Amino acid sequence: MAVVFDKPHALIDVPLHYCPGCTHGIIHRLVAEVIDELGIEGRTIGVAPVGCSVMAYNYFNCDMIEAAHGRAPAVATGVKRADPENNVVFTYQGDGDLASIGMAETVHAAARNENITVIFINNAIYGMTGGQMAPTSLPGQVTQTSPYGRDPKHCGYPIKVCEMLSELEGPEYLERVTVNSVKNIRTAKKAIKKAFQNQLDGKGFSLIEVISSCPTNWGMTPQAALKWIDEKMIPYYPLGVYKDRSAEKEAE
Amino acid sequence: MADKVLMKGNEAIAEAAIIAGCRHYFGYPITPQTEVAAYMAKKMPKIGGCFLQAESEIAAINMVYGVSSTGKRVMTSSSSPGISLKGEGLSYLAGSDLPALVVNVQRGGPGLGGIQPSQSDYFQATRGGGHGDYHMIVLAPASVQEMAELTVKGFDLADKYRMTSMILADGTMGQMMEPVSLDFDINPQPEKPWATTGTKMEREHNIVNSLSLVPEELEMLNMKRYERYKVIEENEAMYEEYMVDDADIVIAAFGIAARVSKNAVNEARKQGIKVGLIRPITLWPFPKAPFEKAAETAKAFISVELSMGQMIEDVKLATNCKRPVTLCNRVGGMIPSPEQVLKAIIDVNNGGVK
Amino acid sequence: MSTKQFLFSGFGGQGILFAGKFLAYKGLIEDKQVSWLPSYGPEMRGGTASCSVIISDEPVGSPIVSNPDMLIAMNLPSLDKYENAVVPGGVIFADSTLIERKVNRDDVTVYYIPATRLASENGTPTLANMIIIGKVLKVLGDFSEDAVRAALGKVISAKHADMLEVNLKAMQLGADYE
Repeated sequence: MAVVFDKPHALIDVPLHYCPGCTHGIIHRLVAEVIDELGIEGRTIGVAPVGCSVMAYNYFNCDMIEAAHGRAPAVATGVKRADPENNVVFTYQGDGDLASIGMAETVHAAARNENITVIFINNAIYGMTGGQMAPTSLPGQVTQTSPYGRDPKHCGYPIKVCEMLSELEGPEYLERVTVNSVKNIRTAKKAIKKAFQNQLDGKGFSLIEVISSCPTNWGMTPQAALKWIDEKMIPYYPLGVYKDRSAEKEAE
Repeated sequence: MADKVLMKGNEAIAEAAIIAGCRHYFGYPITPQTEVAAYMAKKMPKIGGCFLQAESEIAAINMVYGVSSTGKRVMTSSSSPGISLKGEGLSYLAGSDLPALVVNVQRGGPGLGGIQPSQSDYFQATRGGGHGDYHMIVLAPASVQEMAELTVKGFDLADKYRMTSMILADGTMGQMMEPVSLDFDINPQPEKPWATTGTKMEREHNIVNSLSLVPEELEMLNMKRYERYKVIEENEAMYEEYMVDDADIVIAAFGIAARVSKNAVNEARKQGIKVGLIRPITLWPFPKAPFEKAAETAKAFISVELSMGQMIEDVKLATNCKRPVTLCNRVGGMIPSPEQVLKAIIDVNNGGVK
Repeated sequence: MSTKQFLFSGFGGQGILFAGKFLAYKGLIEDKQVSWLPSYGPEMRGGTASCSVIISDEPVGSPIVSNPDMLIAMNLPSLDKYENAVVPGGVIFADSTLIERKVNRDDVTVYYIPATRLASENGTPTLANMIIIGKVLKVLGDFSEDAVRAALGKVISAKHADMLEVNLKAMQLGADYE
C-alpha cells in the first residue's frame, strides 16, 4: 500500500509537550520535512532556545544544542564557523528569545549575513512562563503582565522584526508566514525550504517569521486562536517577503 | 637562547593558543587585554582560523559555546567587567560540560573600575563566576613564559575534564614583555564523541544541553560533576615553593603579587628573617597540601594580594586556621611594593601585627 | 652588573616604549634575564608614557621599577615625578632641550643631553629617544655596534629596515655627545 503521509525522519517519534492546538507541532514538522527533502539531516545542527520550544532538542533527529536565553544566533555562529563547509545550522526561537533578550544577537547575526537559518516563532506572548507580555504583543493585548491591555505609552510598541531587519544591508532573506490554514502552511514550508536552501547555496542569513497561535495563553479555543491570527495578528504583522537579496539583484 | 623571543603576556597567550591547536577566537575589545584579540585578528585568517569580533561579551562566550559544542578548541579573552558579562555563558558551559579557554586579564573594580592591574576577581573565578554549583580550572601565571605554558595546559585540562579553564592574569602580566620560549610538547587532543558534528546518519543524535527538569536527575548530574572535581583537586593542583622549608613566616601570593613578594623574601632573608613563599599556580584547585604542611612548622602566614583579601580565605581554610594569617594588599589598580611586603614581614616577625 | 633597573619616562609619542624595548632586546640577545613593563591606557595618548626595564643575571622578580638605577627623563613632568625615586648613586639622563631646570640631587650622576635639539638638527626629529639611549649605552660601557645592530634588527620591522642605519646614527650622536 502506498504511504501518503508519514512522520518525517528528521522528527523523532515521541509525544511533544506542546499544548493542544499550539502550532509549534506544525512548524516542527515543516522544518523536519525540509531537512528530509534536502537530505541534510546528517550534517544539520539545530539550536534550541529558551521558551516553549526549549525541548526541541528532544524532537529533532539531527544533532541539537540548547542555548542560553536569546543567544541561539551567537551559538549558531560558532557552530557554523567551526565547519562552514559541512555544518547546516538552524536556530528555532520564540519572540521573547529572539526579539527581546536576544535582540542584539539577532541583529548582529543578520548584519554579518551569518550563513544560518533562523526559524522565528511569533505568537505575541511568553508561553512557557505562563502568558506574559512579549516584545511582539499587540497594543491593547491583555497578558499576565499587561492585565489592562498593552499600553504603548507605558511599555512601548511591538517590534516588527522582519521590517526592522530589512533595513539592514546584511541579511539575505526575510519572510513572514503563518500556519493557520492549509494554504498558509504550504507557503510557510516553501519559505522554510528556501531559507535552508539559501544556506546550502552560501547566500547567508535567512529568517522566517512564523505567526503562531497560543490558545492556552490567549485564552481561546484552537479554532478561535487561528481566527485571531487572521483578524488581529496579520493586520499588524503583514505576511510576505521583506527581503530577498538574490531576487533583488536579479531584478536589477 | 636563540629560540627565545620578547613578547607581551597577552601576545604570548594568543600565540600559545594557536600552537595548542585553537583556531577559533571570539572577543570584544577591553583594556588591558585587547592585544589578544589584535594578535588573533592578524594571525587567524592566515592559518585558516576564525577571528570574529562579537557584538558583546555575551555573544562572544556563546560563540565559544557553539564552537566547543562541535568539539573544536576555542577561546575568548576579556577583562573584569567583560568577564562578568560572560558569567552567564560560563555557567552554561559548565552545565553542558563543554571545554573552553577563557582569559581574564584583570583590572580594578567593582563596576567599570579602572584599567590598572588587579586580582580582585579571585572569588568570581575560583567560585565559578556564574550561577549554580560548578568550578572552572583557574590558572594564575606569574611570568610571560607561564602565560604561554598555562594556555597550552589550560586547553589540555579543559578537554580532559570537559570544563572551562580560566587564565586569571592581571594588567601587568598582560602588558609586560619577557623572553618566551614557544617550544612546547603538544599533546594530541582527545576524541570527543559527544560533540555535535552532525550525525552523518551513522549514530543517534547528540545533544549539548544544560537543561534538566527532573530534580533527581539534575542532582545526579551535579554529584557526578563534583566527583570529577574531586579527581581534579587530587591530581591537578600546581604551585611553586620558594624557601619554605625552614620558614617561620610563609607568604601566599600569586601572579604579580608573587613576583613582588619574591623580592621582599630575598631582602628579608638578607636581614636574617626566615621567610618563604608559596605561589599557587592553580587557584582552583587551590594547592592545599603545601599550606597544610607549612602550617606544621611556620609560625605565621601573610597573604599578599591585589584585592581586599580574597585568597586569604583559602589560605585560612588550607591551614585550618592553625596559624595567624595577615593580609598585605593594595587595590584599585595599585600594586604592593617589595618594601611594603618587607614591612609586613618584619611586622609579623616582631609579632606586631595580629 | 647583576641587576640594573631602568625607568623611561616622557610624553606619549616620544618613543619611550620603543627605547625601552630596544634595551630589553639587547639584554635578551646578550643572554640576560629581562623584563619590560609599559604604562598603558588613555595616558598613552599624548600624556605621560613610561616603562620599566630590568636587565639582570638573575631571574627578574617584580617587573615594576619604583627605584631605578637609571632614569631616562624625556620631559619635565617625568623628572619632577621620578627624580627622588632614583637610588643614591644612580644615574639620571635628562633631555635638556625640554627640561630647563637642573636636577636637585647631589647623590646621583646626571647627564644633560639636548636630545630633542640634536635630533632636530640631525634631520630625525623623532629620534631623540635613540640619541639618549646612545648615551645610556656609552655610560654603561656597552656601546658595541654589532650588539646595537642586532637589537635594532629585533625592534625595527623588516618593512622599515632602512630605519636601522638612521637609528644607529642617532645613537652614535648621543654616545658621542659630551
